[in-house]
Amino acid sequence: MRRKFSIKKITFLLFLVSFVSVAQHNEKKDVANAPKEEKDLKVTIKEYINHHLLDSYDFGLFSYTNDQNEKVHIGSPLPVILWDNGLKVFLSSKFHYGETLAEVDGNYYKLYHNKIYKTDAQGTINYDAEHHPTNAKPLDFSITKNVVMIFVVFLIMFFMFKRMASAYQKNNGMPKGMGRLLEPIVLYIRDDIAKPNIGEKNYKRYMSYLLTIFFFVWIVNLFGLTPIGVNITNNIAVTFCLALFTYVITTFTAKKDYWKHIFWMPGVPVPMKIILAPIEFLGTIIKPFSLMIRLYANITAGHIVLMSIIGMMFVFNNWLGSSLSFFLAFVLGILELLVAALQAYIFTMLSALYFGSAVEEHDEHH
Amino acid sequence: MDKLLSEFSLGLFFWQLLLFVGLVLLLKKFAWKPILDAVNEREEGIKKALESAENAKKEMQNLASDNEALIKEARAERDAMLKEAREIREKMISEAKEDAKEQGAKMIENAVTAIDQEKQAALAHLKKEVGDLSMIIAKAILKKELSSQEDQIKLVEGMLKDVTLN
Repeated sequence: MRRKFSIKKITFLLFLVSFVSVAQHNEKKDVANAPKEEKDLKVTIKEYINHHLLDSYDFGLFSYTNDQNEKVHIGSPLPVILWDNGLKVFLSSKFHYGETLAEVDGNYYKLYHNKIYKTDAQGTINYDAEHHPTNAKPLDFSITKNVVMIFVVFLIMFFMFKRMASAYQKNNGMPKGMGRLLEPIVLYIRDDIAKPNIGEKNYKRYMSYLLTIFFFVWIVNLFGLTPIGVNITNNIAVTFCLALFTYVITTFTAKKDYWKHIFWMPGVPVPMKIILAPIEFLGTIIKPFSLMIRLYANITAGHIVLMSIIGMMFVFNNWLGSSLSFFLAFVLGILELLVAALQAYIFTMLSALYFGSAVEEHDEHH
Repeated sequence: MDKLLSEFSLGLFFWQLLLFVGLVLLLKKFAWKPILDAVNEREEGIKKALESAENAKKEMQNLASDNEALIKEARAERDAMLKEAREIREKMISEAKEDAKEQGAKMIENAVTAIDQEKQAALAHLKKEVGDLSMIIAKAILKKELSSQEDQIKLVEGMLKDVTLN
């Protein structure tokens, strides 16, 4: 029982660590020139959604404008790590949510549209013809909100499964507690995803990856649905990274047969072989590319739709429309729960399928 | 596509790569391997237990069939022994019968020969007695009959008549 609590404590502490330092960033806003206040509600919602979908340099929970017309941000600043002729580390609170420049070692950095640009002391941003900033962007390894959440998921997964594993040893090979819930999932991945797709002979060395990716994507997706609202999988960088793993593992564990079927398809005439080779080769890249886009697009679309419907409550601003929106948002929220698991499943399943094709042994020509 | 590229954050990619590789390796060592091993072991155990139960069942069946075979064999042996005994009895009886018969026959034969001998002896004795008697009778008859001539002729004629008739 004590151990059970300790896990809860750890997770709780993690959140506490982020929020104890919840600094109340009260910024005096100039009331006179605040055209934002008059902005259309729809535009505000749209901006809010777009903002939500992006990564950010601070762990913001919510913000509001108080009675004194001050914008209050509840959240915690996060470290910014830049590589710009040397390591520059500072807290994102220096930016004051993009209001001020951050000055480190004589360099000025500006947070503009959620990206850090190097500027002069006045913070001028130069634009090209298409209104894209041309300022230099330092190499950015900041611990952003998403990185924090990845780290949280990392810790949760590590302790959760380590505990599950140790329970087996203490309990004579029987699962205990959380393990009872997780074991069927682990077995499902082994018996219904890995074994049939990769084959009884080779599946074992892919198990660690498949299990990790399934639980990682699932937990991360679920976190995206919590009110903390950090959706990691709607970052193309994250899904690209995951898809890259699948691609690299497929490529490096592939057997001779796999390459033979790509570059010199047996059993077809030579001209066809020549035509097929680039197509097949492109296919190997498109496969993980589709993994990347699928996960990204599904989660992003889900969030946009869900948040739009929530936003519609405020647009309608009457009891009928708002309650309908609420109902719709509720139903969609449940659907998103399903999608969270489904996308994890699809990602794992397709990865297993690609691994399977890489180690498949063809007995006869076809 | 342009939006996707502009959204791509190298930092996030870097951290994701680092943390994910770390997670896979750590979980592999501390979680997946022990968990899968434990599950495998358990499954193997169950499989083995089932197999041994099946084997035990088979052995039991074998034993039962062995027992049956033994019983059958014993029964067959008993039957054979009984049969043999019966045969021996029969044989003994028949042998005894034969013996008895032979003995009887021998005894009868002996008796017959003895009787024959006795008969022969008796007959010889009788013949002698009869001869003696007939001699006496003949003597007496001859004494009486051959006293007259007539009677002597009559006798010779009668004897001749018999001879011719023969």
